Amino acid sequence: MSAFWTLLKRDLLLQVREGGAVGTALGFYLIVVAMMPLGLGPDLNLLSRIAPGVLWIALLLAALLSLPRIFEADDEDGSLEVIATGDLPLELATAAKALAHWISTGIPLALLAPVLGLLLNLDIEAYPVLVATMLVGTPAISFLGLVGAALTLRARRGGLLLALLVLPLYIPTLIFGIAAISAATGGPSGFQASFLILGAISLFSLVIGPVAAAAAIRFQTQ
Amino acid sequence: MRLSVKHLVVDRGARRIVDDLSFAVEAGEALVLVGPNGAGKTTVIRTVAGLIGVAGGSIALEGGDAEKELPAQAHYIGHLNALKPSLTVEENLRFWAAYLGGGAVDGAAIDAALVAFDLEPLAMIPAGYLSAGQKRRACLARLIATPRPLWLLDEPTVSLDAASVALLARQVGQHVAGGGLVLAATHIPLGLASERRLEIGVRSAAA
Repeated sequence: MSAFWTLLKRDLLLQVREGGAVGTALGFYLIVVAMMPLGLGPDLNLLSRIAPGVLWIALLLAALLSLPRIFEADDEDGSLEVIATGDLPLELATAAKALAHWISTGIPLALLAPVLGLLLNLDIEAYPVLVATMLVGTPAISFLGLVGAALTLRARRGGLLLALLVLPLYIPTLIFGIAAISAATGGPSGFQASFLILGAISLFSLVIGPVAAAAAIRFQTQ
Repeated sequence: MRLSVKHLVVDRGARRIVDDLSFAVEAGEALVLVGPNGAGKTTVIRTVAGLIGVAGGSIALEGGDAEKELPAQAHYIGHLNALKPSLTVEENLRFWAAYLGGGAVDGAAIDAALVAFDLEPLAMIPAGYLSAGQKRRACLARLIATPRPLWLLDEPTVSLDAASVALLARQVGQHVAGGGLVLAATHIPLGLASERRLEIGVRSAAA
């Protein structure tokens, strides 16, 4: 198990040393959300009504940008093959990489969301709920994205294919993430039910993602 | 300990690359695969490392650790160096020692590995700044940093100068003398006393 933490620590250290990916994702998130009021006009009621949806969709797109890097660098320099010869099962190695992605990208994006909520006149009472749903929902983004990243590892123009593969899988997270926030701001659905389902989706992807990604990597490195 | 490969068959796509290959490597022996380009040397080594599935036959490390799978008892040195450019040589080495060794890093083993491949002056330099030969040496130092019985070396001497090849030959010699097993594919003779050569791909070249 300590090999798991070793790999996780190295991935986080590389994120700090090499930077780039997180900054790009955060910058993309900021720009997409900032363009919404410019495109839709300064109608505050409209903006606050669509704010949860805009924040979630932009977050998914921003996270999508950073997915290809999960395996790309390790594949290019041969590290992935050496990782496969370790004691650690490949399923746990891919889980460590997804966890590193969540810590380095998912959490910063979730924490940036309330700042961007200001741009969209999001109801101030919804802020704690917004951050909570995003922290609970973003593991699903990392762990389901992991499968897409593994499947498109050696594909040409893999980035576009990755979006086609992964975005449909994000729909349940999107629906229940937005439902939970709307509930907290006086929407029709119950908050607790949506929030629990959101957590369930993340736990489900936590199990499925690494197993599917490991299978995809074994197939591709042959 | 004995690496025993029996009637190995490996397909890549529709092509049969290795057909009914049998060989054994005893403890304290180095087996060098020789053959023309495309003979399947890399395929054999990658198959033993568990990176390619077998279409037939068996690969076993007899007398090895029954708790571990074969790849976890082997060092695989492929064509790529598996170094992170933004980490220093020592950080790269420590990472692999911790990862492959299951967490515990033996500081003395790291130092020994740096000395073995003459990397001490480069230890604190990010791997991205090294020359191709220096990177290769930093990659090979992994062999010493974590003890594993079976070494799978695929063209380990690529971009090494003569002095570095001698360093590698000495380490391979010591590993073999200590009862280790080596399966290598190389065009440059390592000059080992106990080196055995296996010609492969002859039949497909003739066909």
